[in-house]
Amino acid sequence: MMARPPLGSVYGVILNDQHSLALLASQFAQAPYQTPPKAPVLYIKPRNTFVDSGSSITLPKGEHSVEVGASLGLVIGKPASRVNAAQALEHISGVMSVADLSLPHDSYYRPAIREKCFDGACPMATHLSPWSEVQHLMPLSLHTLINDQIVSTRSISDALRSIPQLLQDISEFITLNRGDVLLIGVPYRAPQAQSGDNVQISIEGLESLHFKVEAAA
Amino acid sequence: MKYGRIVWNASIHTVTEKEGQVQLPDGRLVNESEVMWLPPVEPQTVFALGLNYADHAAELSFKAPEKPLIFLKGANTFVGHRALTRRPADATFMHYECELAVVIGRKGKHIKSEDAYHYVQGYTVANDYAIRDYLENYYRPNLRVKNRDACTPLGPWLVEAQDIPNPMDLKLASFVNGQQTQSGTTRDMIFDIPYLIAYLSEFMTLNVGDIILTGTPEGLADVKVGDEVVTEIEKIGRLVNTIVDDVTWFGQHRIGNT
Repeated sequence: MMARPPLGSVYGVILNDQHSLALLASQFAQAPYQTPPKAPVLYIKPRNTFVDSGSSITLPKGEHSVEVGASLGLVIGKPASRVNAAQALEHISGVMSVADLSLPHDSYYRPAIREKCFDGACPMATHLSPWSEVQHLMPLSLHTLINDQIVSTRSISDALRSIPQLLQDISEFITLNRGDVLLIGVPYRAPQAQSGDNVQISIEGLESLHFKVEAAA
Repeated sequence: MKYGRIVWNASIHTVTEKEGQVQLPDGRLVNESEVMWLPPVEPQTVFALGLNYADHAAELSFKAPEKPLIFLKGANTFVGHRALTRRPADATFMHYECELAVVIGRKGKHIKSEDAYHYVQGYTVANDYAIRDYLENYYRPNLRVKNRDACTPLGPWLVEAQDIPNPMDLKLASFVNGQQTQSGTTRDMIFDIPYLIAYLSEFMTLNVGDIILTGTPEGLADVKVGDEVVTEIEKIGRLVNTIVDDVTWFGQHRIGNT
């Protein structure tokens, strides 16, 4: 394992798994979406959201529940711009456990800023596993535990776009630099934690991540 | 005072303006068209507002929103004054957006709107290009429209807040090849600067170097390869950008190469 490097921009992708796509399939043809997504659906987790494993995370005032999106954080090791899927994996230096926290929101129409960008909304492990050491474990399973009980286990094997394909499609218009991160694995309606809960993300081959959720005073 | 960041003689300098020229810290004066401009601050978290002028919302057939429509930008998208921006070959509608950019100078959370200006370091001009061909209704405006490499010019100058007593009364204008295509005033913002700072800081800490791009008034126009696009804000600055095609950007042999 290696210490997490200084991070740049953190991008996440949603609607990249068959499970979520199936849940939303009946809505795609209706307002406000009109058609299913074509390009990867991306969002940004800004730096005020970054906190280390072991933190207590205080939800925005008035909020008591949070969706816990267990994710792989793919850390870029060398700049990726217009990469071909066949070579894309060379640009990943390591992988870490990340929880993409979101205040529950059912609509993906507008950017979810308050919901996804509150302080502490992106707890992450402090160490990465080198890509070369986890590659053979793919597809990984992501386990979410709340108060020591497993509440969700998901494999990334049902991805719409594979990791190399995502890197190709995203780097067509965004240059991913060293220290930038791509989060994958967040499902629609991820399990919810309540204030007072202890949460753990456990992924084979990676340092696990744990944190506590608290309501604002 | 106003400050810029430039590359001159192969190093980075923080510069000021003197008699229409650029002054380096050691007193050297150079011509503004001969230096390479960087964004005047290194952008940290950057927020952008959609539909924050009633006339622009109407132009896009939207009602004015009841709460701010905010999206974020990554580091890849920023370039300085006099940069080139690429119009992809398949784009049919790419437009500029002249926006007042508010630079945060002091860390804060739960900032009251009446205190908000104490957290502002200064102002600059942004051109928040959009390529509407790529618009989709998921986290709209989606990143493929709004967060492309080199599609958000910033600059040239950061003008200190103390020199702009009322940022809510500044004229904005855009020009394509010298023809004015957009005009407005920051008076017409739906959510003003103090409101936005209070709104964001209710749930997130604002940090030094964070920037809020406050939206654009009506007057969208398609820009073509070769166009010189100027976005200008009274008392803040005049930001120049030039649109280029894929061949100019990548070189002939790299076209279609992924």
